[in-house]
Amino acid sequence: MSTLTVQDHGVHHDDHGHEHHHHDTFLTKYIFSQDHKMIAKQFLITGILMAVIAMILSILFRIQLAYPDKAFPLMETLLGRFAPEGRMDPNFYLSLVTIHGTIMVFFVLTAGLSGTFSNLLIPLQVGARDMASPFMNMLSYWLFFLASVIMLSSFFIEKGPAGPGWTIYPPLSALPKAMPGSDMGMTLWLISMVLFVASSLMGGINYVSTVLNMRTKGMDLWKMPLTVWAFFLTAIVGILAFPVLVAGVVLLIFDRSFGTSFYLSDIVMGGVPQSMEGGSPILFQHLFWFLGHPEVYIVIMPALGISSEIIATNSRKPIFGYHAMVYSLIGITVLSFIVWGHHMFVTGMNPFLGGVFMITTLIIAVPSAVKTFNYLATLWRGNIRFTPAMLFAIGLVSFFISGGLTGIYLGNAALDINLHDTYFVVAHFHLVMGSAAIFGMLAGVYHWFPKMFGRMMDERLGYLHFWLTFAGAYLVFFPMHFMGLDGVPRRYYAFTEFESFSRWLSVNTFITWAAIVSALAQVAFLFNFFYSIFFGKKATQNPWNSNTLEWTAPVEHIHGNWPGEIPTVYRWPYDYSKPGHDADFIPQTVPFSETMSSNLPHDFEDNPVGLEEHNKWVSTQRSEEVK
Amino acid sequence: MAFKQLINSKKLFSLLAMLILFGTQVLFAQVESTTAGEQGAPAAAAHADKPDVWAGVSYYVLLFLVVCVAVAIVGKILKVYDLTRQIQGKKGLNWNNVMGGLFLLFLVLGLYGSYWSFTVHGSMILPEAASIHGAKLDTMFYVTFGITVVVFVITQILLFGFAFLYRGSDKRKATYYPHNNAIEAAWTIAPAIVLTVLVVFGFLTWQKITNTVDAEGEPASINIEVVAHQFAWELRYPGKDQKLGNMSYKLVSGTNKVGVDFKDKNSFDDQMADTLVIPVNKSIKLNIHSQDVIHSVYMPHFRVQMNAVPGLPTYFKFTPTMTTQQMKMKEDDAKFEYLLYCNKICGGGHYNMKKVVRVVTEGEYQKWLSQQKPYLNDALKAELGFAKAEQKQGEKENRLAVNN
Repeated sequence: MSTLTVQDHGVHHDDHGHEHHHHDTFLTKYIFSQDHKMIAKQFLITGILMAVIAMILSILFRIQLAYPDKAFPLMETLLGRFAPEGRMDPNFYLSLVTIHGTIMVFFVLTAGLSGTFSNLLIPLQVGARDMASPFMNMLSYWLFFLASVIMLSSFFIEKGPAGPGWTIYPPLSALPKAMPGSDMGMTLWLISMVLFVASSLMGGINYVSTVLNMRTKGMDLWKMPLTVWAFFLTAIVGILAFPVLVAGVVLLIFDRSFGTSFYLSDIVMGGVPQSMEGGSPILFQHLFWFLGHPEVYIVIMPALGISSEIIATNSRKPIFGYHAMVYSLIGITVLSFIVWGHHMFVTGMNPFLGGVFMITTLIIAVPSAVKTFNYLATLWRGNIRFTPAMLFAIGLVSFFISGGLTGIYLGNAALDINLHDTYFVVAHFHLVMGSAAIFGMLAGVYHWFPKMFGRMMDERLGYLHFWLTFAGAYLVFFPMHFMGLDGVPRRYYAFTEFESFSRWLSVNTFITWAAIVSALAQVAFLFNFFYSIFFGKKATQNPWNSNTLEWTAPVEHIHGNWPGEIPTVYRWPYDYSKPGHDADFIPQTVPFSETMSSNLPHDFEDNPVGLEEHNKWVSTQRSEEVK
Repeated sequence: MAFKQLINSKKLFSLLAMLILFGTQVLFAQVESTTAGEQGAPAAAAHADKPDVWAGVSYYVLLFLVVCVAVAIVGKILKVYDLTRQIQGKKGLNWNNVMGGLFLLFLVLGLYGSYWSFTVHGSMILPEAASIHGAKLDTMFYVTFGITVVVFVITQILLFGFAFLYRGSDKRKATYYPHNNAIEAAWTIAPAIVLTVLVVFGFLTWQKITNTVDAEGEPASINIEVVAHQFAWELRYPGKDQKLGNMSYKLVSGTNKVGVDFKDKNSFDDQMADTLVIPVNKSIKLNIHSQDVIHSVYMPHFRVQMNAVPGLPTYFKFTPTMTTQQMKMKEDDAKFEYLLYCNKICGGGHYNMKKVVRVVTEGEYQKWLSQQKPYLNDALKAELGFAKAEQKQGEKENRLAVNN
């Protein structure tokens, strides 16, 4: 354990033959860094900034929904022509919804989550000095940054940002005349997404090759922490799914700019029949959801991996059913590619296909259920330490249950007829992939903050942040289920035109205020985060008494992660509270020969020599006892 | 000592100073704005409300800052309390117990809150389905609801219950329990069985609903055409022959709104309508088209939804079982109307794209039908130069022109 790393200062550097004492300039250290730890921080901070922006956008449209008849002069001051006389423009409302969704799904929960934690944890937890390709890793961040800038720049063009929803279904997104948000803003959206996908692919290829090729001695696949498993499988899903989105997007660019009609047919604009013929809008939906559905697993799987690790560490218990956890992740990975059609039950897709997709969709609920039960079993008879990270991980499980269960309604093609595109859907995915994934991300930030910045975050502010956000998210999304069951459609600028919806106005106002309070609660996090980077309490090397490899690296970040040799791994990462051992954790770097009193026959399943040794030791122990 | 610490805290002091400074500034700004308002130069009227706006906002910002300060003070007090306990050699605040307790409290409040929401918000949802297949969907919905609510309550109780029961303590060690194949197999198979039942149930219903072709021996459905465009619906009834004439988007013009093809004789008696009036207990088949972007025909009371896709005609067949009048009585709402509205984002007017649906008795339906205007009105006749032979000629030329 720590002895391996701390005391080896004398031998460092020379034995792996490359120049370590080069001087980092500000530019190479903080901006164009190729160090995975710095890139992780870059992803995290960019992700947090994007999340704050997307959250503010959501508050803006929530205000519109709560007070559809009221003018807010401030709105005009802030938004100018998008809110003439303090009343939000309906097209701008749709732009807000679109950009909120796009940023949250792609920029925060894909890049911000995978980008941060895959980058930070894969090399540190598998025992590698850096990513397989640090340069590509750097490019991945900067393409992501460029994509973010382009996405946000669309707020400053005349007709405003893209507006056809984050799913950008053509023809709405293909015909610039169909809405202001389909003009220049849509073009920027498409360019931004192409860059984003390039960034994702570079990251993903790096993650996969690092996990496969750069594990330290003794770290076989079945000794990897569940975080690494989750990041690895997520990267595979991303590599296979994202290119399909690019294909879809490129065809859309052709339709918009070069007069093709891949997605267009039988269109009349302004009373004049258009020349486009033979295309199919459904084709785009297939291409989009072929990425789009795996995408929700790209979002949730890293969060599940992170929470597995955090729940095991803080329950001081091995994760229950490690193998089952890995197999269910693999199951989700495979199945995620054949369920996309459940987004299209009522789009006019052949109903037989709908039936097939319904079957595959409900199958994917099984591994998800297994994961949930395993979390519960891990908590059972644990010795739970409530760090803020642990609170967020428990919150994730709660959201994952609540949101996952409503998926059973929506995955059922017949029930989906009446629920499709209503607030029921909004409630469902905000709980199961929105709140759950963001809680996973926050849990990760609280847990690995000491690893990233060498300092601790304030726990009590973390508690405050958790409870306000946790309660707030439920107050926001729980009532939305019932709005959906009343047939209230999503993406409506106002419900004033419908007599029957007026009874939901008070609920809408309530939801908005709950959202504002939980948004303000994020100030506690932001303050805590940025303050602790500079003034937090100094962290110790292994503040959570955790088993995994990253906590054997020194607090001070160094190029190459470990001074001297990379530690060797001897055991799985979840030996918490093993009977017969004095401490309630045994790091992966401790060989079985040092823990004779706590070894179990099970530890030597594929190691006959070890088993023999173990049996010998047990029998001598017994004979001594007899004496 | 604690108080001394509190008073000496520089951060707190500077925060307070900032607050006071900010407060006075806002106050001054307000005074200024009111005086500006009193002077009341009409040209400055537009400018006058801007400071007001900012004053209103600063009020809330100030409120938020006060809350922040309060939180900071509570935090400090807790810290001081903790420190003094430690100095006295006693244990500090046990956060594990506090958090475990809060989880238990959250569980109780959450369960009560869910119950409250189920009863209060649950009573605001759609009335029971007004169509034959809708009734089946409702049954399926409540079966699913029963299963999921039970799972929801049990799992949440276990989650928060465990969080409370097994909150950390230095005196205890967790149980080393890495796996149990029997249990794992059990809770893989159990959800699989439940889901299989739901899938089979759902699959059969789905097949039945989406089968839009009239079976042999079944009375023919009434074909009604619904055409969507930004941001309205057009309706066409088949007329006496019960057959809708062909249509083509290429024929759309100011007078021929949906592009009916009058080469097809079935179109001659087609009728236009403003309201979707349908007879009760008759099978209705909606023929759905879109002219520009994707829309969605959504009639939640009948559990009907199908997208309107340009270039891809779609259908939905259903049988209404309750007239508007019956529903008004049942809901005790004299203003009740069935509605058809758009449920797929389609542009700026998406939020106001609706059509009233009226379910009537067969007699009322026939009477209403006889009052509807023919689609082929005088203006259209004039445009088509309506002598049939000429029209055919014209059509051909039209075709050629398009082909070129």
